[in-house]
Amino acid sequence: MTSHVLSQLRSLEAESIHIIREVVAEMQRPVLLFSGGKDSIVMLHLAAKAFAPARIPFPIMHVDTGLNFQTVLDCRDRWVERLGIQLVVASVPDAIDRGLVQEEPNGSRNRIQTPVLLEAMEKNGFDAAFGGGRRDEEKARAKERVFSFRDDFGQWDPKNQRPEIWSLYNGRVHQGESIRVFPLSNWTELDIWSYIAAEDIDLPDLYLAQEREVVDRGGMLFAVNEFTPLKDGETSEVRSVRYRTVGDANLTAAVASEAATLHEIVEEIAAVRITERGATRGDDKVSEAAMEDRKREGYF
Amino acid sequence: MTTTTDTTAEALTDGSVDLLRFATAGSVDDGKSTLIGRLLFDSKTIFEDQLDSVEKVSQDRGNDYTDLALLTDGLRAEREQGITIDVAYRYFTTPKRKFIIADTPGHIQYTRNMVTGASTADVALILVDARKGVIEQSRRHTFLATLLGVPHIVVCVNKMDLVDYSEEVFENIRREFTEFASRLRVPDLTFIPISALVGDNVVNRSENTPWYDGSPLLSHLERLHVASDRNLVDVRFPVQYVIRPQSHDARDYRGYAGTVASGVMKAGDRVVALPAGLETTIESIDTADGPVEEAYPPMSVTVRLADEIDISRGDMIARPNNKPAALQEIDAQICWMDESAPLVKGKKYAIKHTSRWARAMVKDINYRVDVNTLHRDEEATEIRLNEIGRIQLRVTVPLFVDPYTQNRQTGSFILVDEATNKTVAAGMVGGLPRSA
Repeated sequence: MTSHVLSQLRSLEAESIHIIREVVAEMQRPVLLFSGGKDSIVMLHLAAKAFAPARIPFPIMHVDTGLNFQTVLDCRDRWVERLGIQLVVASVPDAIDRGLVQEEPNGSRNRIQTPVLLEAMEKNGFDAAFGGGRRDEEKARAKERVFSFRDDFGQWDPKNQRPEIWSLYNGRVHQGESIRVFPLSNWTELDIWSYIAAEDIDLPDLYLAQEREVVDRGGMLFAVNEFTPLKDGETSEVRSVRYRTVGDANLTAAVASEAATLHEIVEEIAAVRITERGATRGDDKVSEAAMEDRKREGYF
Repeated sequence: MTTTTDTTAEALTDGSVDLLRFATAGSVDDGKSTLIGRLLFDSKTIFEDQLDSVEKVSQDRGNDYTDLALLTDGLRAEREQGITIDVAYRYFTTPKRKFIIADTPGHIQYTRNMVTGASTADVALILVDARKGVIEQSRRHTFLATLLGVPHIVVCVNKMDLVDYSEEVFENIRREFTEFASRLRVPDLTFIPISALVGDNVVNRSENTPWYDGSPLLSHLERLHVASDRNLVDVRFPVQYVIRPQSHDARDYRGYAGTVASGVMKAGDRVVALPAGLETTIESIDTADGPVEEAYPPMSVTVRLADEIDISRGDMIARPNNKPAALQEIDAQICWMDESAPLVKGKKYAIKHTSRWARAMVKDINYRVDVNTLHRDEEATEIRLNEIGRIQLRVTVPLFVDPYTQNRQTGSFILVDEATNKTVAAGMVGGLPRSA
């Protein structure tokens, strides 16, 4: 006789599938925002499960900063092909050429992604956008709803959120308003890795440790490539590293690691003492409320 | 000490870790944030960079200790005012369980956040300051937790270090609290003497309370048996989405996707589809990983039926001899959540119940409950922000409901203001009329 208790991973999976189906049932035109990172890929995997044996009934959108690792783009294209899903690309370099946004002095395209995203949402008439955000990532995210209401400008107002009671989500919006939906809200980084290992999910190989040429900048290890070339006076070394998050190639640092298989990564993450963003993202360290401020502007 | 180690890694992937959701409640200075900080800290869930940032802010403010509460107050306004303004969710994992904490603010003006946090909780942690004893807010939080049907309540008598770990203080609080709770529906009530600041009986057993023979808080939460709280008797499967692939290989596939609200469904079971009332048999219960023998809450599955019946989103699958009530007149307790307008008689709202939307009119307000004294004001003509009341609704179509005390899934609903689209109320279906 079975115990009728779902393991926590299967409970999280069931909850995410419930959320994804709820959006498709109630919203006019949903889209899944896909960055090519592990969280986006888990979302895509869950979406495929939610509608099997039918195809995923919405497109995915990649806000392409032009600064992606090639292996991430390759992985994206494999997923698109395998699932037979429509891919919409909103290009930041194109938006720079058109004058919609301007390159920032620090070289980060993180902030200027937001207007590009909002323009593409409007142009395509998307009224719901799935994001891979998790509440364990950051303090401001811990306060955000699963169905996160955004006004006509894509802005988040933390003081004016819809209460979320039981699993009764309210996705009603007026013209121009939208909902950001976070099916992975209750997952932690460890859950994501445990699930990826349990389901053997295809990821960009950046996540697995291998010998790479890196340069140490203030304790952060950057892979030497066309986006982060060696500067004068710097020396590189070859070390076994992997990536815990995958963002723009000019900003995302690797971590020293020997974890070359999914199970080794789960073990490593279970023992690790520093958050993924703290370890690898220079752009989140701007201020105590950097994420909250970016979300207020319409970011995720 | 329980730590996040290799044991966790193994347990997580082999499926032996289950999930427990708890909500915390307590008034402003009862040490709730400190307790959560302590649970995260002692279970090694706090990361070094997060701790560095909290230490830095504590220093900048001139505190002489690291304020663990800063770990949980995430918004600018919260840090500025030093209070928690909204429910936040936190996570930690031990080799036995993953915990989801709904961290709810203690201020009375945030009753709706407490209701939000308690709606999905298996356990409510009520913090009581040992020096102050059982105060109005302790009663209010307990009442709200029981109203929301939280099956387990753990009263953490905090700041025991400030009353010399007195057994007498603890026993007095236990006695007073138990007496008050006897007026409410509390299936399981536990008391633990703790000091969140120092760490007594939170993760580790304290030597300062030799008279206490119970478990520390974390062991209690790890061992709490919650599986039997789920309703595995009444089959309720609200249809969420109809899956009809537009592809060559699966052209004839027609499946009803949804989340099992309660009960255990098996292939071969005789079922009835509501509102049509047509009976058929479950042909198979599908998932993306293949068919499963049984489906139980909270599984998300796709059901195929032996006969072609016209079923759509909002319909409900149940057993022919065990159906929910189909009601258009609904008696319910509600918590009002809208700051801009009160609930008044005659007003119409959108209502969402399981996967079904309809419209509802407030036919009557029976009474408003004073959440501090439990007094019922039967003269009340409106229910305002953070107030609880009992009302009668008339719904445009029948809803397939069970009393909330029997079924948290089919006994709950939300009301939405049709002009602003805001979620304005959480509702719980009351006892059903005799005729139903």
